[in-house]
Amino acid sequence: MAHAEHAAAPAILQEVNPAVLPRAVLVANNRSFSWITEKICGIIEGKTPAWWWIFFGVAVFVASFTVAGITYLIATGVGVWGHANPVNWAWDIVNFVFWIGIGHAGTLISAILCLLRQKWRTSINRSAEAMTIFAVVCAAIFPVFHVGRVWYAWYLFPIPNSNVIWQNFRSPLEWDVFAVSTYGTVSVLFWYVGLLPDLATLRDRFYAAGDKFRSFLYGLFAMGWRGSNRHWSNYEMAYMILAGISTPLVLSVHTIVSFDFAVSLLPGWHTTIFPPYFVAGAIFSGFGMVLTLMLPLRAVYHLEDLITQYHIDCMCKITLATGTIVGYAYAMEFFIAWYSANPYEGFTFINRAFGPYAWAYWIMITCNVLTPQFFWSRRVRQNTTLVWVLSIFVNVGMWFERFVIIVTSLARDFLPSSWGYYSPSIVEIFTFFGTFGVFSTLFLLFIRFLPIMPMAELKAVTPQADVHGGSDHH
Amino acid sequence: MAAPSYGLIATFDTAPGLYRAAQQVRDAGYRNWDCITPLPVHGLDKAMGLKRSIVPRISLAGGITGFVTGMTMVWWTDAFDYPLLVGGKPMFSPMFAFPVSYELTILFTAFATIIGMFVVNGLPMHYHPVLKHDHIRRGMDDTFFIVIEARDPRFNLANTSALLAQAGGKDIKELET
Repeated sequence: MAHAEHAAAPAILQEVNPAVLPRAVLVANNRSFSWITEKICGIIEGKTPAWWWIFFGVAVFVASFTVAGITYLIATGVGVWGHANPVNWAWDIVNFVFWIGIGHAGTLISAILCLLRQKWRTSINRSAEAMTIFAVVCAAIFPVFHVGRVWYAWYLFPIPNSNVIWQNFRSPLEWDVFAVSTYGTVSVLFWYVGLLPDLATLRDRFYAAGDKFRSFLYGLFAMGWRGSNRHWSNYEMAYMILAGISTPLVLSVHTIVSFDFAVSLLPGWHTTIFPPYFVAGAIFSGFGMVLTLMLPLRAVYHLEDLITQYHIDCMCKITLATGTIVGYAYAMEFFIAWYSANPYEGFTFINRAFGPYAWAYWIMITCNVLTPQFFWSRRVRQNTTLVWVLSIFVNVGMWFERFVIIVTSLARDFLPSSWGYYSPSIVEIFTFFGTFGVFSTLFLLFIRFLPIMPMAELKAVTPQADVHGGSDHH
Repeated sequence: MAAPSYGLIATFDTAPGLYRAAQQVRDAGYRNWDCITPLPVHGLDKAMGLKRSIVPRISLAGGITGFVTGMTMVWWTDAFDYPLLVGGKPMFSPMFAFPVSYELTILFTAFATIIGMFVVNGLPMHYHPVLKHDHIRRGMDDTFFIVIEARDPRFNLANTSALLAQAGGKDIKELET
């Protein structure tokens, strides 16, 4: 086919004979279909490794901090957190935006890269989607418990109730309820649809191994999938539509999260740059977290043939690109603060960089703007330990970004007489610390019981799946 | 035939082998037949002569329902059932109703797509004659199959199995219902 296309091309192409760039190898060492199945299913079918139990124990212990913090909050009242006038939004919203942002890389990988036909996504999309779902779970904890009387949290949804009154749909916070709950739901659906063929593979393997119980459980969720191409045809279409709607979804979710701030009148929040700036930051932090999770997984399960250096390069480059966009946004905020000649806006930004929270601001700048610049170097990208350490810096930096935006603006707004300084309470610190345990617990359960990579999709990007004789054209 | 059978199943080792065989079965005029593949094979829909999936139409219906639901809900709750003036803003405006309607468009599209995909595929179906084939579990791993159903008007045990054999199919077996 490639030759036929050349023949139809203008004569000049015949003359210069442009070189065809070699496609990056996505599954190294020319592995067979059954090797992929064995590798991924082997993780689930093998004996639970000792390290898993250790990590799981630690994760559950850390998660208990969230349980303890939340229990204390319910028993006492929302005052156990450190919020007080003028800072009535603090760690709860910081942590909420932090976790939601982490989730966004999962959707980016599964949806946007799918639409852009970036086939390298296949190795990492399953675990990145799992990361999304678990991050949304962690994110939801904070606003839900910040409402104070959590047993009334269902008032967030328009459910008829005895007060007869309805939700205020003019408020961005109500938009956020719909954005985040839709995001969580669609992420789960998308993840499940991707899992369907792999669950069928596991069903059949457990059946062959004589494990009727596990075969039944995986089979129940596999819905009787039998690999029929008539089904694949509808399945692929459905998958593409889900990718197509998840793309505007992920962009809208963080846009609406940024509306929580941008629609208010507070200096430092009331800016039009927020939606794109928040989305870029979310993708940046999400890729940081993907690297943090995938690099150890790759080492522990020897997945070097499936997550190749090419994959790591791609992820590092996206981190670099989005980190640089975030750096540009920081600079642009300063420029607009000066250019708008609004004294309050100008003060807010001087105050961020040199006020009482300057330490947080410079941590943010160092981690988010300087750290990713190391990824320009190929030598750095090839050093997985260093990449992992840098990815941790990205996670830290993005948490501080939300802290800087939310707390500095509230702590010093218009009237100096109402200024204040916010510090978190120990309950807040424990609750946030514990969410890392919640996240790790869920993620460890995922890698133990579900295929961490989409086997069917991985097989589809190998050379032996190509029925057209090697010419990849679309 | 004496014992009613579901049809014939043939095994293929490689994706290109299956692809070429599918073209032959399509050209022989069969309608009730299927390929069993562990992965979505690029271009196999065309080789089987399948029409474009109707799932997108269901998705569109879901999306329109979602958007209308969102707009109607915001208008009905805030401007009709219990109008409440907040911050001097209008009782209803498509502007502030948009984010919620947008999210509901996506939510309803997702549900319509997935439910539509399952319904069109006839899933869940935990029992199926194809799943009784001895080697079918490899169809979820690394092997490919073609199944031609006995209810196809052109089905004839001798001719159909000859076609499958000639197309490169191995281990041609009858499937019980």
